[in-house]
Amino acid sequence: MSTETVNPRTEPSRWSKIWNSNMGYSFRKNPVAIFSMAVFLIIAVSAFFAPLIAPYDPYDPASIDIMNSEYPPFWVSGALPEFSLGTDDQGRDLWSTILYGTRLSLLIGICAVALQAFLGISIGLIAGYVGGRVDSLLMRLADIQLSFSTLMVAIIFLAVTQAMFGSETFNQYAVYFLIAVIGVAEWPQYARTVRATVLAEKKKEYVDSARVLGFGPGRIMVRHILPNSLSPIFVISTVQVANAIISEASLSFLGLGMPPSQPSLGSLISSGFDYIFSGSWWITAIPGIVLVVLVLVINLLGDWMRDVLNPKLYKG
Amino acid sequence: MKDMAVQSPLLEIKGLEKRFDLDQGFLETVKFKGGRITRETRSVHAVNNVTLDVNRGEALCVVGESGCGKSTVARLVAGLLTPSAGEIYYEGQRIDDLSRGEIQPLRKKIQMIFQNPYASLNPRMTILQALEEPVRHHNPKFSAAEVRDKVTEVMMSVGVDPTWIKRYPHEFSGGQRQRIAIARALTVDPEFIIADEPISALDVSIQAQVLNLMLEAKESRGLTYLFITHDLSVVEHFGTRVAVLYLGTVCEVADTATLFSNPKHPYTKALLSAVPQLKDDRPNHIRLKGEIPTPINLPQGCPFQSRCIFANDRCKSEKPRAIHQPDGSTVACHALEEGRLDADAPGL
Repeated sequence: MSTETVNPRTEPSRWSKIWNSNMGYSFRKNPVAIFSMAVFLIIAVSAFFAPLIAPYDPYDPASIDIMNSEYPPFWVSGALPEFSLGTDDQGRDLWSTILYGTRLSLLIGICAVALQAFLGISIGLIAGYVGGRVDSLLMRLADIQLSFSTLMVAIIFLAVTQAMFGSETFNQYAVYFLIAVIGVAEWPQYARTVRATVLAEKKKEYVDSARVLGFGPGRIMVRHILPNSLSPIFVISTVQVANAIISEASLSFLGLGMPPSQPSLGSLISSGFDYIFSGSWWITAIPGIVLVVLVLVINLLGDWMRDVLNPKLYKG
Repeated sequence: MKDMAVQSPLLEIKGLEKRFDLDQGFLETVKFKGGRITRETRSVHAVNNVTLDVNRGEALCVVGESGCGKSTVARLVAGLLTPSAGEIYYEGQRIDDLSRGEIQPLRKKIQMIFQNPYASLNPRMTILQALEEPVRHHNPKFSAAEVRDKVTEVMMSVGVDPTWIKRYPHEFSGGQRQRIAIARALTVDPEFIIADEPISALDVSIQAQVLNLMLEAKESRGLTYLFITHDLSVVEHFGTRVAVLYLGTVCEVADTATLFSNPKHPYTKALLSAVPQLKDDRPNHIRLKGEIPTPINLPQGCPFQSRCIFANDRCKSEKPRAIHQPDGSTVACHALEEGRLDADAPGL
């Protein structure tokens, strides 16, 4: 630095900026959002720290005793005190299995959405910014993709890979297959939203001025247009995480997802389904409630975020 | 005027045309007319055969009603639009058909200031980021300190406190934003600035400040301006020469003093008579009848014929050519050429 004295204002910390922003204010004033966020954080944190919290390791066959199978949760008579939520058909502690299963479901949901977002945002940015034939081509691809239902694509893909690689290999890489198939199947959601925002932003003068300053299209798209298109991306991201978790659960329920040895919420529900009429309803019901609550709070958060970031109500 | 003619102009616009197609898809162009199916494409003729020169060091003002193609001319020169026909030369080099790589050195020389300071700054970038980015982009070898020095220098020159660099555009007023937008254009040390109505979105009290800032920059940096405006009092203050545009066609080009003291084209006369004046106790505005014709179906002949009191049959069939006048101005008008204007003008 040369002679001049530039005294930057003392900047408020990032956290206090977020807390005092419009979004932070609306969050503090919205009990539903606070409640949903709290529930989501409890589920997410306990799932993330599952190895520390869970009393048993459901992936370790040595800690499972088949003789412990189908013990009911603590409030039903006949429960064992060491299995607070009972056990499943293989004698695994249900509480531990749910923690691990939620971790897997969240992981798959978030990674699949990250993949969707990456594909969808890149394609949407290019389609919206370049326009013309590229736009038509990419959007027709998106239309074709949307005309297949996600589950249908996923079922075909997973069934074929399962047949190709055999159950052994498939079970080993099931997480990656699930992330890939859910990620690829839903990118048009992002691509369409991003394209629409880009079309609106592209007409603004700051994009023109960036062009006159000689910046390349890549730089304009990523540094100038993308940061201004983030609000709708946030909103659909939350909804898409919920959708991805449901897709994963459905696929696992159908036996095309996580193997019974590494149960996600969906495969846990599915494994308990066989016992629902023999009285062991908790194997299906408790993971089911966790799944519903998880998806519900994510959707409620998404709803709240959509209201806050709605440009008609507030333009940031 | 003699010595000006020797020096070649900085920017030459030759026969510039821009049409925007209204019917874009193939199916939209197919029409059913008179029992048969034909293909026709309607288009908006925004700029028609505009020829202009901008000399080094001058401020050429382009004036006209809204919708007459002023901004389109600015965007064509800035390279934001590609012309449908015609050529643009900068220092003798043709610039309208360059690729993005070839135009890169010119981006340093030609800069643009936009109309709306609320839209022309990226809302998610701090002032520092907005000003540093072009310096870095065009001077990759600059060190961090040199970039910072340049940013501080331009901010000082536009009268914005350099300690505000960490702020976002929404923390500034319109006038301050426009100063920052000017600072951003100046970061690359341009020699030619296209200003597209830079003050029309500002408060009247701020307009003069920004205008004086631009005049100062013109003196201290030797800038040349292509200044788009619809405000004639600004033109009188700012411009060295004026081009009057009507329906995408140049009516009259003259030195500012000449144009204001002796307007020749009937449209220019009407435009000047519409400027409100303090001494006006008996306003005798020239009232133009009718509306501007739609630029989709341009009238044959002179574009101004439908509202001109001097229009005759020749005006309705033949487009007037720009003709040099003895006082240095250029006017496209049949009536002036034939001397019909000097006759007692009805309504004046």
